[in-house]
Amino acid sequence: MKKILAIALCVVMLGSFATMFAGCGNSGAGEVNVYNWGEYIAEGQDGLMNVIEEFEKETGIKVNYTTYETNEDLYNMLKNSNVSYDVVIPSEYMISKMIKEGMLLELNYDNIPNYKYINDRFKNLDCDPDNKYTVIYQWGVTALVYDKTKVEEAPKNWDALWDENLKGQILMFNNSRDAMAIAMQTLGIDPSNCTKDDIDKASEKLREQKPLLKKYVMDQVFTEMETSQSAIAPYYAGDIAAMMDENEDLDYCLPEYGSNLFYDAMCIPTCSKNKENAEKFINFMQKPEIAAENCKYLRYGCANDEAVKLLDDDIKNNELTLPGDEYLDKCYVFGNLDADVYEYMQEQFVKIQAE
Amino acid sequence: MKSKGILTKIYIALIMVFMYAPIAVLIFYSFNKSRSAAWGGFTFDWYLELFKSSSIMNALTNTLLIAVLASLFATILGSSAAIGISNLKGKTRMLVQNASNIPIISPDIVMGVSLMLLFTFLGVIFNFEMGFGTVLLSHICFCVPFVVLNVMPRIRRMDSSLYDAALDLGCTPFQAFYKVVLHELMPGIFSGALISFTYSLDDFVITHFTQGARFQNLSTEIYGMLRRKIPPTINALSTLLFLVIIIIMVLINIRDRRAEKNKMKL
Amino acid sequence: MKSKLLSVPYLIWMLVFTMIPLVMIGITAFTDNSGSFSLEAFTSAFEYTNVFLKSLWIALLSTVLCLIIAYPLAYIITQMRESTQNTVVMLLMIPMWMNFLLRIYAWVLLLQSGGPLDTLLSAIGIHGNYSNNTGAVIVGMVYEYMPFMLLPIYTVMGKIDKGLIEAAQDLGSNKMMVFRKVVFPLSIPGIISGITMVFVPSASTFVVAQYLGGTDDIMIGDIIDKIFFTNNHIGAAISLVLMIFILVFLVLMNLFGDEEAIA
Repeated sequence: MKKILAIALCVVMLGSFATMFAGCGNSGAGEVNVYNWGEYIAEGQDGLMNVIEEFEKETGIKVNYTTYETNEDLYNMLKNSNVSYDVVIPSEYMISKMIKEGMLLELNYDNIPNYKYINDRFKNLDCDPDNKYTVIYQWGVTALVYDKTKVEEAPKNWDALWDENLKGQILMFNNSRDAMAIAMQTLGIDPSNCTKDDIDKASEKLREQKPLLKKYVMDQVFTEMETSQSAIAPYYAGDIAAMMDENEDLDYCLPEYGSNLFYDAMCIPTCSKNKENAEKFINFMQKPEIAAENCKYLRYGCANDEAVKLLDDDIKNNELTLPGDEYLDKCYVFGNLDADVYEYMQEQFVKIQAE
Repeated sequence: MKSKGILTKIYIALIMVFMYAPIAVLIFYSFNKSRSAAWGGFTFDWYLELFKSSSIMNALTNTLLIAVLASLFATILGSSAAIGISNLKGKTRMLVQNASNIPIISPDIVMGVSLMLLFTFLGVIFNFEMGFGTVLLSHICFCVPFVVLNVMPRIRRMDSSLYDAALDLGCTPFQAFYKVVLHELMPGIFSGALISFTYSLDDFVITHFTQGARFQNLSTEIYGMLRRKIPPTINALSTLLFLVIIIIMVLINIRDRRAEKNKMKL
Repeated sequence: MKSKLLSVPYLIWMLVFTMIPLVMIGITAFTDNSGSFSLEAFTSAFEYTNVFLKSLWIALLSTVLCLIIAYPLAYIITQMRESTQNTVVMLLMIPMWMNFLLRIYAWVLLLQSGGPLDTLLSAIGIHGNYSNNTGAVIVGMVYEYMPFMLLPIYTVMGKIDKGLIEAAQDLGSNKMMVFRKVVFPLSIPGIISGITMVFVPSASTFVVAQYLGGTDDIMIGDIIDKIFFTNNHIGAAISLVLMIFILVFLVLMNLFGDEEAIA
């Protein structure tokens, strides 16, 4: 009797395993699995269009939409977790890395006719010079946001983040790549392709800064700046535009020597099982009305020329959203670092925080 | 003597302020029109927005589903394990019991990390991804020991001749088990299940490491929200959760009072 | 009911979901990316010794504070009428049912500059920074874990035989002496389990310091979380050290508890 009970329990346990995992990894025909940055699409906020619902309505394809916080999360998820995604939106340096490691599929641009609207500057990207794998999603630059009531003199460049007078009110990027790049720029090092030696120098510079900081943050910066709790922070220009809408005391500064030009592009990873749907999704995202809607919400740079025409003047003329060619020419773009240099950079950054 | 009474009252009052001030603040901000720290007028908007947020509702369903399933599996596995273990002898039994306690004593983060290593490893071999299944397994993992701990003392207290007596009186072994053993163990099983349920509801760390890319429970969803632009809907969510807790507590209290009264009548 | 077989599914379960994962932490900690044996992860892990010490320090302070607050509280509660006792304990437990992260977030809101505490104290002329420092982290920890200290002490104190206290009083002890000679020694098991239940989670927690601490208040849990996704060998090495430390701590607490019980 008890033997039977014991065996039955074993069977139940095994059974639960089987059902748990059977459903994984095979998505039906009418789906597309999109993996995007958190808060990186217009989903009906602030009275704007819900882009995802709109796509589902138009095509009947169901969107499984999930988000990540950093390029590294995305990379680890694709590399280690055996997941299946159809559209991912990594940044330029991660794209080069993924192309190099054979993690992306070539796109069929015939299925993406809206590609013709893309501004030439954002075709043949450095990370994808032959234009095989990517369609740009959004782009932007990094900049400074500061509170006019707390910062007396308008800053000209990143040096303001080392200002002793603002001790305890400075925020800094909680992400190794951006934080190190800022330190390197102040030291006159080109951050686009750095060596371990450069990283050591930048780490020193960041160590000097640490006692002055209030916190290392990412999107917590919104609350901090919008509610006037901190004085100054570097962040992505589009987000700064959004912060300035919420708090009149805020102002911005684009560093005079240029800053980091980043772009996030839509790609199809090799684990995709719905490539055609993925291409439909990518094409839809570059439909002028849709791209404009995303730009209105995100305030990041829009690479779609037709979409820019649909924007209101105050967005179109905002230097933070669309900094203009002259400034962009001064900016640098991250290249792909060797894996060990990149790991070194991340570890050094954790160490700085740990000291 | 009187002054001492006042002192203790003040002490209790201070502790209550300490415990409830943060919750009062959450409730206060849930009605604040402005997103900032200052008061910007009264609004119900965040509550409306909360119900519109599919991700929070989805996380809530996941949390409840995992808690129900995890406590169910853990209760079955844990109760039968407790019966089995109590029949082991001397050193083996000590060894198994101590091993069973490992998930309770090891820090959550170590357990989370170790399960993540296991699931990534198995995931590559058996081709599955972390998500609902792995979170459920992990939750069962930290719940079972609590069930074992709660059922064991009941078994020890149980008169083993009861089962044999039932057999002698003509019960089939299954009936004897069902009517006698299970009945005796029920209070322990029930409290084990309840503890499992609450631990599973509140878990953040272990879910964080085993959730994979697509699964969110309430805790990890809140963690994500706190890492982004913090939406005031989170305050509305807290207020509603608090309300639910209060209602449950009051109901439990009423039930207990009634039970006590019934006892008195008897 | 003489079946040992019923424990078999659980034994298999423990092997797969408790033992093997722990062994995997060990293996990961002692290897490098190529999979061969290496102590490199531990060399890197030791660079975080200061964070480790800081975490232990924060955990220690939090535990002591919890004890200082909870012990008198438990004593006061046991002196009340039984129905009042139940109500007070229930009131103290209700906040524990709130989600862990929401409770921490509540303190972020409460302590933020321009927040309620700041506004209140500014009104009476006190200005200061209440958030983003070690003090805020400890307050958060005490809030999270104080009930874990209260409950075991309260349970143990509640079980003390009233006759014992009366006997001591009859023998001429005053209140202070009764407390010192009877109540305190008998409540030690509660204190020990309270200390364990507060110290272990607060030493290993992550997130609390991320939200309430400043740049210097990073804890070992946060390091494990951060580093694990970059280099899981170092992450595993730190986890292993943490696990061993906690085990040693538990064994010590156990020994201490047993000795007290004998004495």
